[in-house]
This record gives sequence, C-alpha cells and structure tokens, in this order.
Amino acid sequence: MDEQLKSELSKQGIFATSLQELYNWGRKNSLWPLNFGLACCAIEMIAATMARYDMARFGAEVFRPSPRQADLMIVAGTITKKMAPQIVRLYNQMPEPKYVISMGACAISGGPFKQGYNVLKGIDRYIPVDVYIPGCPPRPEALIDALMFLQKKIDSQQLTGADRARHLDPDAPSEFIVPQFGAHDLEPPQNPEIWRPPLVEISLAEKNDAGSD
Amino acid sequence: MSTATEAVRLIPKPTDSHECQLLEVSMGPQHPSTHGVFRMDVALDGERVVKLKPVFGYLHRNHEKIAETESYLGSMPYTDRLDYMCSLTSNWAYALAVEKLAGIQVPERAEYLRVITAELTRLQNHASLIGFLLQDMGASGTPLMYAFREREKILDLFEALTGARMMCNYMRFGGCRVDMPAGWLQQAQKVVDAFPRFLDEYEQLFTENEILMARTQGVGVLSGELAVNAGITGPMLRASGVNYDIRKVDKYGIYERFAFRVPLGDHGDVYDRYMLRMLEMRESVKILQQALRDIPPGPIMDPKTKIRGFRPKAGEAYGRTESPKGELGFYLISDGSSNPYRYRVRPPSLVNLTVLEGMCLGQNVADVMAILGSVDIVMGEVDR
Repeated sequence: MDEQLKSELSKQGIFATSLQELYNWGRKNSLWPLNFGLACCAIEMIAATMARYDMARFGAEVFRPSPRQADLMIVAGTITKKMAPQIVRLYNQMPEPKYVISMGACAISGGPFKQGYNVLKGIDRYIPVDVYIPGCPPRPEALIDALMFLQKKIDSQQLTGADRARHLDPDAPSEFIVPQFGAHDLEPPQNPEIWRPPLVEISLAEKNDAGSD
Repeated sequence: MSTATEAVRLIPKPTDSHECQLLEVSMGPQHPSTHGVFRMDVALDGERVVKLKPVFGYLHRNHEKIAETESYLGSMPYTDRLDYMCSLTSNWAYALAVEKLAGIQVPERAEYLRVITAELTRLQNHASLIGFLLQDMGASGTPLMYAFREREKILDLFEALTGARMMCNYMRFGGCRVDMPAGWLQQAQKVVDAFPRFLDEYEQLFTENEILMARTQGVGVLSGELAVNAGITGPMLRASGVNYDIRKVDKYGIYERFAFRVPLGDHGDVYDRYMLRMLEMRESVKILQQALRDIPPGPIMDPKTKIRGFRPKAGEAYGRTESPKGELGFYLISDGSSNPYRYRVRPPSLVNLTVLEGMCLGQNVADVMAILGSVDIVMGEVDR
C-alpha cells in the first residue's frame, strides 16, 4: 500500500495495515528471553533488565525459566564442551519462532578462553545465531542495541515467498543435532549444515621459485 | 558412557517393599536460581532432601592451564573473569602472590587505591548477593533492583577509574595501572556517604520481615566446628561464629591502619549469613571513609618493577586475600622463566560449596535454593 495514502487514512482515523506488518509488530514487541546465564555476560544481561537500563521498555523483560515459554535465547557467556549439549537441547525445546543472540566474545568464538581445551569456539557451530554482540562482556547498552537490531530483523521478515522467515519454511529444520560429550571432543565437533570451517586459500609457490629466498 | 551425559544414580534400585518412594530431581544446569551453570542431583522423600550431589564443571574454562602458558602479566585479565562479580579483589590476590614471589614493594597511594577498590567491590557484591538470595526465595524484582541500582553507582566509579565496568584489570605488580581521574575521589565520597542510607532502606525491607525470618531462621545450619574442618572461609565461616578474617589475620596491604570490626554470627543459619553481610557492608563503609580521608599523594607504581619481560626468580609463593566470598589465594611456582610453572587458584566459592549437602539434608527442597543462595557462589570461580 502506498505510504502516503496510509498516513492520509490514519489522519481520518482509519488504520490500514497488512497481516505481515501486524504479525511482525506483535512478534517483535513481545520477545520473551530465556532466563539462562552462563558466565560473566549473564551479570550484564541481568544489569540490562534492572532499573537503569530497563530492557522492559522494549518488551523483553519477561525472562522465562522454561524454554517452552521463551522465544529468545541470549547465549551469555563461555560455552564449555560439557555445557554445549545442554544449550542445543534447550534451543531444541524452544517453540518456533525462536531467535538467538550470541552475547560476548566467548559465545561468538571462545573469546579469551579460545585456547582452552574445554571451551567451545562459538555457539554458531550448533545453532543458528541471529545477532552477535562483541565485547567482554558487552555493556548493557550493547545488549539493548542487539535487541533493537533483532527487532528490526523481525520487522522485515517475510511471511511468504522464497525469502520467508526460517520458521515458516517447512523444509528448514527447527531442531538441531545435540552433540555428545565424547572422549576427545564433542561429537560431532560442529553441525555441518550450520557451520563449516572457513575456507583458507593456500597458494603453493611455483617450482622455479623454490629456494629463491 | 561419558560423565557429562551419565545420569547419576543416587537412589538404589526400588525394592519390592513400597515403604517409601524417593524422587530424583536434577536441579540445573539451566535453573533460574543456581547462580550460573551448576547442577545438583537431589534425592527427595516427599519434600525432604535425602541426598544431594553437586555436579561441577559446566564452566570449566581452563584458567589455570592457560595461565601456565601466559606471561605473569598476561594472567591478570583472566583473574577478572574468575569471580566476575568482584574482579578487583581477584586482581589483588594475584598481584599479592606475584609481589610475594618477586619481592616487590607497593607504594602507599597504590595500597590505598587497592583498599578503596576492594571495599567498593565488597559493597556491590554483598548488596547484589542479598538481592539474588531474596530473588531465589521468591521476592522477585524489588530487592535485586534496589541492589543493582546501588551497584551501578559503584560500577560507574570503576569505569571512571579503570575503563571497564566489570573486567577492571586494574592491579599491577607493584601498584595499580592508572591513577584516579580528577574528581573521582569526591564522586567516591558521595557514593560512600550515601551508602548507609541505602543499607537502612534495605534493612527496613528485610531484616525484620516475617517471611524472610520464617524462611531462613534455623535453615541450613552450619556448625562452627564443621565449618573449620571443611575449610570454609569468608562470611559463611563468620556466620557460624568463628572469628577469622584474613584482613585481620594477615593484615595484608595496609589493613592494620583501619579501625573496623569483624561481625560474627551465632547460629550459622541462612539468616545469620544474610545479617552478617549487612553488617559487613557497614564495616566496609567505615574502612572506605577512613581510606578516602587518608589517601596520600604520590606514585602509584613501584618504579623499580620491570613490567615487560618480567621474570621472577625461581621459588614459590602463596598470596591470599579476603575476597567478598572468602579466602581467595593464588599459589605460584616459578622456575625463573617468564610464565609460572604452576599456577593454582584456591577458590573460596568451591570450598564453601563442599558442605552444601550437609546443610541441605533434611531440609525442604525449596530451602535448598535459599541455602545455596546464602553460600554465595560464582561459577566462574568454582569451575575456573
């Protein structure tokens, strides 16, 4: 619908919208995060919901302890190999549509603990992530920014067509493989449908050049 | 089967006699009141706890192993992430251990800065802890909101001083990283002056609250004898009536200059642990008032200390401080190279957790959360 006509109509007291806009509007303004903290970032997540930052202004203050009632998972903290299966299981238990914010350096890539033998190098190896927030830990403002970014993302999602939202695609998976805590590493070490190691281009030197320096 | 996925069998296989049927509940690792990723396998007879097995390791992020490959200074940011509620006391404990190892002196102004930051840390930790404890018991919102309102003011001070809200990375071997910016002392004075008023408000809410008293008095009693034998330290030990505060015992830093008392509990129950932290905050305010008054001008770093290429001579040292949770110690062995040969943390949270089963047996399952909340754990420190 023409934007000008729409604003003209609204002046007459007529509210015109599409189902998609209404759906997205409702969806984005009532995100219920999962009450789920892993490490240091969880304290900043709590701070973001408290009086000074007050995430409730964005409709996301109802932290639910049960994944069945939540639709936003804020992965806040270091994910160890012992904890990763539980996180994927929690994600699988959440009803669609569901979104994931990967909060902090650890949840993105392992962060300062990346060299550790027990640290998962990013939760995006097992579940799809919508928004990443860098920082160690990110400030509450950064979390609120991520939430607003997610709201914009939800606002622009299509209900039909080829580029419709993931949860409306019957072929897109809603549950993902839960890794097992194996003898040496998690099994599988990543979910290949979601994440693949970045390709590194290695160009070998020509035979003639060998040993020139 | 691996240990993580293996269900822990606490209860023997049911027999034919149906006298009692025990229920096995796994609390955590995702639980709103376990203060992070901590699991308790609880066996229940009705509402009563018959057995409790803590399961650790969900946040084991290899702190000690990483520190053995890092340089001495490189481990300092990792100590922030040990006990992430109070990074500055962790910094201090580590700096103290290295200073002991290398025989470094700390200038007076830096000592004062350390005391000020450590006591501010204690204030915000205890205030938030009481908020979390009451949140666990069902007072959702208000107590924690009040605590975090005050905590933000203290975090503002940390941010102005160190550049970070939580991960301060402030102490250095032989002093502190930066001096305070202009106006910081006045700002700190303002926050400290206003703090007792907040404590009065807080106490008015809780201390004689009937529900709090009913939920916490006589719950989770820890005897002084067991506390000493189990190596419990910090507010938990003092709530059981044992007078042991490392600030008084070791007099590390410049703590012998300040007049403050060590509050002690009588019963060792959850209520005493709550009350003790309230009193301890008031003592911390006293220390802060004296420190802010007496802080001298001068250098904040020992000029003789070499920061880059720091190699202490071979030897070993144990440095400990009274962190808000208890005795936080770092044990270092140096072989003369640029990274420690062995780096060991003595985490107060982990040691204080060891008596959890003893405190919870025979209590109701709802009280387990209150008891766990009163222990004051931070999983970053428990699992390291």
